[in-house]
Amino acid sequence: MSDMNTAMVEKYRNSFLSEVEANVEEGEWVKMCMQCGVCSGSCPFGPYWDHPPQELFMMIRAGKREAVLSSESMWMCTSCYNCIARCPRGLPITHIMHGLAHYAKRLGLAPKNQQTMKFASIFWDNLTKKGRVNELQLGLKLYFMNGFVEGIKTALCMKEMGMSMLMTKRMSPMEYFGGHSIKDTKGLHAILKKAREIEEAKAKQF
Amino acid sequence: MSDVIATNQTILVVGGGISGMTAALEAAECGKQVILLEKSPALGGRVSQLYRYFPKLCHPTCGLEINNRRIKGNKNLRIITMSEVASISGDAGNYSVKVKVSPRYITENCTACGECGKVVETEFDDDFNYGLGKRKGAYLQHAMAYPQRYVLDPAIIGTDDASKAREACKYDAIDLDMQEEEIDITVGAIIWATGWQPYDANKIQAYGYDRIDNVITSVEFERLCDPHGPTGGKILRPSDGAEAKNVAMIQCAGSRDINHLKHCSRICCMASLKHANYVNEKYGEEGQATIYYIDIRAIDRIDDFYRKVKELPNVTFTKSKVASVVENKENGNPVLHGVDTEGYHRYANEHDLVVLAIGMEPSVPADAFPVDVKFNEEGFIEADESNGAIFAAGCSSDALDVNRAVQNATASALRAIQVVNNVAGSEG
Ligand SMILES: Cc1cc2nc3c(=O)[nH]c(=O)nc-3n(C[C@H](O)[C@H](O)[C@H](O)COP(=O)(O)OP(=O)(O)OC[C@H]3O[C@@H](n4cnc5c(N)ncnc54)[C@H](O)[C@@H]3O)c2cc1C
Ligand code: SF4
Ligand code: SF4
Repeated sequence: MSDMNTAMVEKYRNSFLSEVEANVEEGEWVKMCMQCGVCSGSCPFGPYWDHPPQELFMMIRAGKREAVLSSESMWMCTSCYNCIARCPRGLPITHIMHGLAHYAKRLGLAPKNQQTMKFASIFWDNLTKKGRVNELQLGLKLYFMNGFVEGIKTALCMKEMGMSMLMTKRMSPMEYFGGHSIKDTKGLHAILKKAREIEEAKAKQF
Repeated sequence: MSDVIATNQTILVVGGGISGMTAALEAAECGKQVILLEKSPALGGRVSQLYRYFPKLCHPTCGLEINNRRIKGNKNLRIITMSEVASISGDAGNYSVKVKVSPRYITENCTACGECGKVVETEFDDDFNYGLGKRKGAYLQHAMAYPQRYVLDPAIIGTDDASKAREACKYDAIDLDMQEEEIDITVGAIIWATGWQPYDANKIQAYGYDRIDNVITSVEFERLCDPHGPTGGKILRPSDGAEAKNVAMIQCAGSRDINHLKHCSRICCMASLKHANYVNEKYGEEGQATIYYIDIRAIDRIDDFYRKVKELPNVTFTKSKVASVVENKENGNPVLHGVDTEGYHRYANEHDLVVLAIGMEPSVPADAFPVDVKFNEEGFIEADESNGAIFAAGCSSDALDVNRAVQNATASALRAIQVVNNVAGSEG
């Protein structure tokens, strides 16, 4: 368990709802849920969730901290916004889902090997290196995300598309060696460093 | 209409539903002069369109019959049907009101014998039945209509049908030259009782009212169950006319929803309990009613009724706001999708017919109101001093059941009486 997690458990003890309200993006909306179920019924990924949004909100109120934060559920959200469009109470459900996922990751409670999380990390590392997404490297990383054998299989599957992209100049093989970049990568890195410092200072306050 | 006599000691009541009738009668029975305006050809409002009404499940004919008798016996009350308020000016104790009266084309000679209706051929969607059936171009709004006088649809004026109707009438009651009239009256106080209308179900996209034949609204369901309704009291589905025995009710259809009406319409839970009871009465064990709800709001006396309905073996309560309705193309059955709150089970339930427990909104929207008064967030008239002597009664003031609407109407009659009494006092 991370230090931050220990600190949070200490600070909020019996009120996971307050913890969510204070630390999760749009968390203060959770108490507005009236448990009607429209969000859960409207989610196209609904059948694959352990806990649909309505249930997650109830679990938060019931103080099921571990179960919520280590859940795969919020990582399933594809941001289709169906739930937000229909929620009779106007809860920004999509944002809360991402807020919960983010918070769980920060506390080190997100499930290990979570695919969405893995992809997000790969994407972030790829993007921040040069300020531009390197599609070739990103694609390859993604193929091999779950091991060498599966990577080869996926690569073979996608061969034709890759070739077409090369032919139509949508992707350059040279990207593999470095690739294009924004003008001021140093500046970008400085911005990101500063942002991280601010974020960490905030987390320390707990 | 030139014989309408009104003074600033007269009370004007706008809207002749159960609330307007009550307010007008209470005031008239206290000896006040009252004019009652009703937009449609007959009194009774939406209560007359119900099959039966809680708490005692009486037929509306009963409640209306009592009121009609009181009206007939009262000389202080003047009723003008097919009329609307065009404008209002002035202050408490002295309002000038312009009233627009549409032509009925049939005079007081009418005995409601119905001969004109027999010969006229053109048919129109019957708004009394929410468009579920047809009526002739010469018609009586419903069997209990007060006044018992036929009406000609303006669309047949100038056609053969109109002349046929005139020839068929043995009492010389048809006057095809009748024109729209405008009359000016002075009154001391105004009771506004134009009631409510069902929220537009087409706006609730996910429920498919506009696309799925077998998704109807609760007001339509009342008409289907009524023996005087378009199906003679049989619950027939719109798609194929088959009897619907497995009926679902979806609560809060348009109510308690920031995308539609924010308020709880208050009566629709009870209406659906009543509807589940209709299904049970009609089919017994063969029927099945399922109520999908967020929470059941059955107020005071109705709670007993809720308990009774809950005990019926063929009525099921599913705690869930339905997410969407799609049609099974093979049999026309609506399929309800959602997740229930008691266990979070995902369901896809098929029913013969779906009834949307539709919300109530004010029938005259704030921006169409003829004079400046205070409205609340939902568009109902707020009781406020700045309204002068304009008092809301019944569903113009809130979503109410008949019991509360009538209490509220009596209160507004008392307020109006105080105003005209003051006028009388100061004039000596
Ligand atoms: C599905 C359903 C079932 C219901 N069942 C029950 C029940 O079982 N028991 C119960 O107690 N309640 C029931 N209700 C509620 C009941 O319908 C209302 O309480 C009742 O209609 C209120 O009467 P009202 O006179 O205030 O309004 P309304 O009935 O709406 O009457 C208003 C009148 O004003 C007239 N009008 C409208 N605009 C104008 C205008 N501009 N100028 C002149 N006149 C105008 C209308 O034509 C109408 O006659 C039900 C409601 C629904 C939706
Ligand atoms: S749709 Fe909104 S109110 Fe209903 S359960 Fe989901 S979050 Fe709660
Ligand atoms: S009365 Fe019942 S169905 Fe109607 S809005 Fe209120 S809770 Fe919903």
